[in-house]
Amino acid sequence: MEKSKLEPKDAALLRPIEKTTGKFWAFIGILFAIWAFGMYGWFNQLGRGLDVTGLNVPVYWGVYITNFVFFIGISHAGTLISAILRLSHAEWRRPITRAAEVITVLVLFFGVGCVLLDLGRPDRALNVLMHPNFRSPLLWDVTSISVYLTASTIYLFLPLIPDIAILRDHYPGRRWFYRLLALGWTGTERQKHILETLIATMAVLVIPIAVSVHTVVSWVFAMTVQPMWHSTIFGPYFVVGAIFSGIAAIIIAMAVIRRVYHLENYLKPIHFNNLGILLLVMALLWFYFTFAEFLTTFYGSDPSHMAIFMSKVGGEFSWYFWIMVVACFIVPLVLLGNGRTRGAVWGTVAASVSVEIGMWLERFLIVVPSLSRPRLPLESVAYSPSWVEWSLLAGFIAMFIFLYAVFTKLFPIISIWEIQEGREHAVVHVTQRVKSYLDTASAPLEPAASGSSD
Amino acid sequence: MARWAMVVDLDRCTACQACVVACQVENNVSPMGVEESDKGRAISWLRLVAFHEGEHGTRPGLRFVPLPCMHCDNPPCTKVCPVQATQIDREGLVAQVYPRCIGCRYCTTACPYTVRQFNWKPPEWPEPMQTGLSPDVSIRPKGVVEKCTFCHHRLQRARDEARAERRELQEGDYLPACVETCPAGALAFGDLDDPRSEVSRLGESPRAFRLMEELGTEPKVIYLSKGEWGGEI
Repeated sequence: MEKSKLEPKDAALLRPIEKTTGKFWAFIGILFAIWAFGMYGWFNQLGRGLDVTGLNVPVYWGVYITNFVFFIGISHAGTLISAILRLSHAEWRRPITRAAEVITVLVLFFGVGCVLLDLGRPDRALNVLMHPNFRSPLLWDVTSISVYLTASTIYLFLPLIPDIAILRDHYPGRRWFYRLLALGWTGTERQKHILETLIATMAVLVIPIAVSVHTVVSWVFAMTVQPMWHSTIFGPYFVVGAIFSGIAAIIIAMAVIRRVYHLENYLKPIHFNNLGILLLVMALLWFYFTFAEFLTTFYGSDPSHMAIFMSKVGGEFSWYFWIMVVACFIVPLVLLGNGRTRGAVWGTVAASVSVEIGMWLERFLIVVPSLSRPRLPLESVAYSPSWVEWSLLAGFIAMFIFLYAVFTKLFPIISIWEIQEGREHAVVHVTQRVKSYLDTASAPLEPAASGSSD
Repeated sequence: MARWAMVVDLDRCTACQACVVACQVENNVSPMGVEESDKGRAISWLRLVAFHEGEHGTRPGLRFVPLPCMHCDNPPCTKVCPVQATQIDREGLVAQVYPRCIGCRYCTTACPYTVRQFNWKPPEWPEPMQTGLSPDVSIRPKGVVEKCTFCHHRLQRARDEARAERRELQEGDYLPACVETCPAGALAFGDLDDPRSEVSRLGESPRAFRLMEELGTEPKVIYLSKGEWGGEI
């Protein structure tokens, strides 16, 4: 059996797996403490039920549902962006696809977890499978998220196979684990062909699935007749918001990996710059959708809609609203619109952190204000989330980071074989592709130029 | 098949809230106490809503409207339930299946009338009330949604009695507790599919209207009010 090759200069990509520093363990310890705090909150809630939350009548949904929409949004980071970059033959994708895909798979579990947390009777969650009502948008959610989770797990796993084979051949100690997962990969031409076909097929499949997932999440709200939920643009609005917060999550993850594992040779400022441009485009799209949504509501001035509109723009939610506008639009516009701050890694990362905060507020502002102003007058109490709700958000984030860190210790977080493939073939491919764009008089086509149609 | 409906005559209603109390007792609705009320979590299947009237200087005042579940013919709540724990039955009653409800509260958020209630904690009653619970109505556990049933246990009882007496169910055999209690005679109840029933007759009145008809929910609670309806709905 041919030993899977690893070029010496790529040894840095395996270092996180080989060496674990004391700092790493300390970090895991901190994550564990936060997670334990979340668990404490959860046990509290299991014992006393949703009584421990700050929810009430009519604000039946709060931070848990906000987190659900937020996490499912983040999940659009990986699979969707990676699939689009793969299909468009964007060569700069190579070091970032895996780091992105892992986010999707992991964060989806937490999205689903948020819904389970929100149930008054989590012990009966399986009723969703035993007595499904397919007229309910929540059932559409269950369906599309399950499909998405399956597809994005396969999509993460396929490009991992050749790298797992490298690990299998390098670490006899963990051999059984990697041999099991490598599925007998030896790197033959036939295997490569099958793998490439499968990856390409999955890349095409996951795009509509990913779009459907966040569309359906928006429909949970839009299908009701509640003011400022019942909107036809909610589907695309949510998808745009999801990709927006997703790209920001990739950028943050990349910056951390780059810093902690010293991967500056692979994750270069140009990658941050390119993702920064994508983030800027999404910021503009997000603003466009938000503006369109609010202007239509304002101009129509239906009283039940205006009550909610005013609570956001000038009422008790106005602080959140204006912070959201600054965090989701002004900050990215300034930091990413300027080539110098965008090109510097810190500028793109700062914009991404701002976007994450803004997008969480955006989700909160969709869920809570519409509920807090029912059409019929009701003596209601303002919703303020309890410590349990915050502890579970903190616990989920800590657990997500923990699992992500564990992944980097088991598998290369940058795809080794794809980096090698890029090094060997990318320049030739791109040259041929560019030549194929040119008029034939100035640059005669080489017969080998084929395959790329973009 | 009957189609049960309620008529609320706002011109007769004195806002005494006897219906609210009767409902609470009849249906074993726990009086959650001041603390829960302050949190905005008191449960009431039938509540009195205060509408402000004549805001622009004409004749300012409050108008009270008893608000049970509307038992819509096209209920927004039943559609969205992921586990079919709330359904509209053949006689138009919107029912809640407590043992199946997973407590996701999608129905409570989808209902434009905010008449669905959630059990934030297990129900409890002060000592003297514990022996007075109705044996006909099941007690809802923590974590599920509950709502006005138009006292459908009374329908079951009325039907059993009619069967025992070998006769058809008659108008007036089945009345929810609120209707039976109302001292002002402001509430009527009956079969909307029977053109001779009191509710059908009152429903034809020029005073008749329903709440948020424009949403297409087709409520089966009909309100009667003289003159211009002041509430902004």
